[in-house]
Amino acid sequence: MEFLTIIQVLDSTIRLATPLLLACLAGLYSERAGIFDIGLEGKMLMAAFFSAAVAALTGNVWLGLLSGIVSSLVLAGLHGLASITFRGNQLISGVAINFLAAGMTVLIAQDWFQQGGRTPSLLAEGRFGGIELPFAIGPSDAEASGRPLSELIAEAGMIQQIYSELLSGHSILVYAAFLCVPLTWWVLFRTRFGLRLRAVGENPAAVDTAGVSVVGLRFAAVAICGLLCGIAGAYLATALQAGFVKDMTAGRGFIALAALIFAKWRPWHAMGACLLFGLLQAVALRFQNIELGSVTIPVQMMDALPYILTVVILAGFVGKAIPPRAGGEPYVKER
Amino acid sequence: MDKMPKWADVVLIPLISLVLAAILSALVILAIGEDPVAAVKMMVTGALGSTYGWGYTLYYATNFLFTGLAVAVAFHARMFNIGGEGQAMLGGLGVALVCLYIPWPHWSIALIFAALGAALFGAAWAAIPAYLQAKRGSHIVITTIMFNFIAAAVLNYVLVNVLKPAGAMDPATARFVETVHLPSLHELLAPFGINFSKSAPANVSLLVAVAACFAVWLLIWRTRLGYEIRAYGHSESGALYAGISPVKITMIAMLISGGLAGMMAINNVMGEAERLVLNSTEGAGFIGIAVALMGRSHPFGVFLAAILFGFLYQGGAELALWTSIPRELIVVIQALVILFTGALDNMVRMPLEKLFLAARKEKA
Repeated sequence: MEFLTIIQVLDSTIRLATPLLLACLAGLYSERAGIFDIGLEGKMLMAAFFSAAVAALTGNVWLGLLSGIVSSLVLAGLHGLASITFRGNQLISGVAINFLAAGMTVLIAQDWFQQGGRTPSLLAEGRFGGIELPFAIGPSDAEASGRPLSELIAEAGMIQQIYSELLSGHSILVYAAFLCVPLTWWVLFRTRFGLRLRAVGENPAAVDTAGVSVVGLRFAAVAICGLLCGIAGAYLATALQAGFVKDMTAGRGFIALAALIFAKWRPWHAMGACLLFGLLQAVALRFQNIELGSVTIPVQMMDALPYILTVVILAGFVGKAIPPRAGGEPYVKER
Repeated sequence: MDKMPKWADVVLIPLISLVLAAILSALVILAIGEDPVAAVKMMVTGALGSTYGWGYTLYYATNFLFTGLAVAVAFHARMFNIGGEGQAMLGGLGVALVCLYIPWPHWSIALIFAALGAALFGAAWAAIPAYLQAKRGSHIVITTIMFNFIAAAVLNYVLVNVLKPAGAMDPATARFVETVHLPSLHELLAPFGINFSKSAPANVSLLVAVAACFAVWLLIWRTRLGYEIRAYGHSESGALYAGISPVKITMIAMLISGGLAGMMAINNVMGEAERLVLNSTEGAGFIGIAVALMGRSHPFGVFLAAILFGFLYQGGAELALWTSIPRELIVVIQALVILFTGALDNMVRMPLEKLFLAARKEKA
């Protein structure tokens, strides 16, 4: 395989891993605080629709991002209301949120745009464009020399290829997502808030005894989860693709959930897992069936691999994945 | 002492939840500029106004009966089987193999073995998550979700690479032979002088589904195994103390659940499509969750809820056909039902309990 092909696959890995990473970190905050969230998918989908719809109507991608985040926060609030305030079943609430998003997005899209449940395609100003890092070969160089960008990159040296193709040219949300990894690590493991958040997921009674509000902390975690899912959805509709189409998250919320378990609820490992699952998606997109000598790996195998790996990890054959101890349990203060 | 009478728990709470879901759905219809009253009228005439409409309503209800019972049985053992969708897909594979490769002399024999094949494949697909839950403590919800996606990939592979007839374009099996054609309600009711719509897909599987309802009721409330399942669902430590094996109950409850979900395939694959296509389940596995929650995990409740969702499905299709309301309205209603009867159950229950307590105090 050619060196540049590998770089291109890795480049698309980064693009595809970004929504997974954002959703995975979202789930990390929520589950570390003891709130299971299988509604990541729904929150992403809702945010994808509202960001694309508002970006299409106003022509401003930042307004799109903002409305995506707000819509995701509303669903996060609903999840919090059901699972924290009314102590309902968190898993059932997540299922309901996924369906709510799947139905509402198409319903509203049809009402606003009459295009069969999609938004109009976004023009350049309605999307997050790529950021060209200093000294990288980008579209501006291509314009200056009057030759296609791919040709310029193909002629460049290896280091320049890595820099220009792999690291440069992503949208700001990609860089933000990867910055979220050290930030999440720092928040969870180096701040008082993080300590309490982890404690509330392991032993909420102890946190309560210390005079800290369990409900407040859990709502904070759910809100951060909503925020990150909102960015993930906005990235899908306004950066990775140009507009919203029905069910565009296509199971990414569940792959993120899988990555979270794969990473055993740790931020740096989450990044590794998301990059791995992103790589699987990128390879499946580019090569379809893979020939390995006499054996052919069908593309369906690549699609199923994240889920199979997660089941294997969950089964505890490759190190045991132990979720936060109070996860899924509503907290009842003794009366 | 119970906080409120049993009838309130069984009838009143689901009804209030349903009314809340209906009100919100009406608001949604209003918001997209349609008339909710006209919409309900159209749904009723479309789904219940003709034997054609009934035929579709009952066809959908048959699917939801199987998947609803599947979720309900798992609920009794306090397990949440989200994998009904995947199990039903695999059930379809079982039915297809039985119908394609064995020359059956008569549809009735074919139906028995197709149902067995479907249940076997569905149960097998539930067996791995069940084993992992029972033996390794892997959370059944997560594993069954993952198995839904794996099932979709498996089915995609099998249809595209193995079962697709040579030269065919779409990923589907060949048509089943005429001898395994299941009699539709039209053919079943004709000898009684009832003229049921010829083109509606409801078929003899409906009777199998109703029988399954009865069988599940017998199992859960009239057998030792059912007692053990319920005991385990109420208190794992209590069940353990009584000598009930958690591993055994987890496995058996999930196998029955998976088998029931798989059996849905005799309706949609054998009865309707008469071949296996991609995405033949159309989300029925997930609707089973709403049906089981709404029916309070009781077979009779599941029966009523399945008919209700059958009506919503067929009515929703009519709405999509004649108005600007897309089919996804049903997904929204389904979400609201799951939300109110499942996750927000306490929101309805808490004020109601207070009300009953207050009423009782006044009497005393």
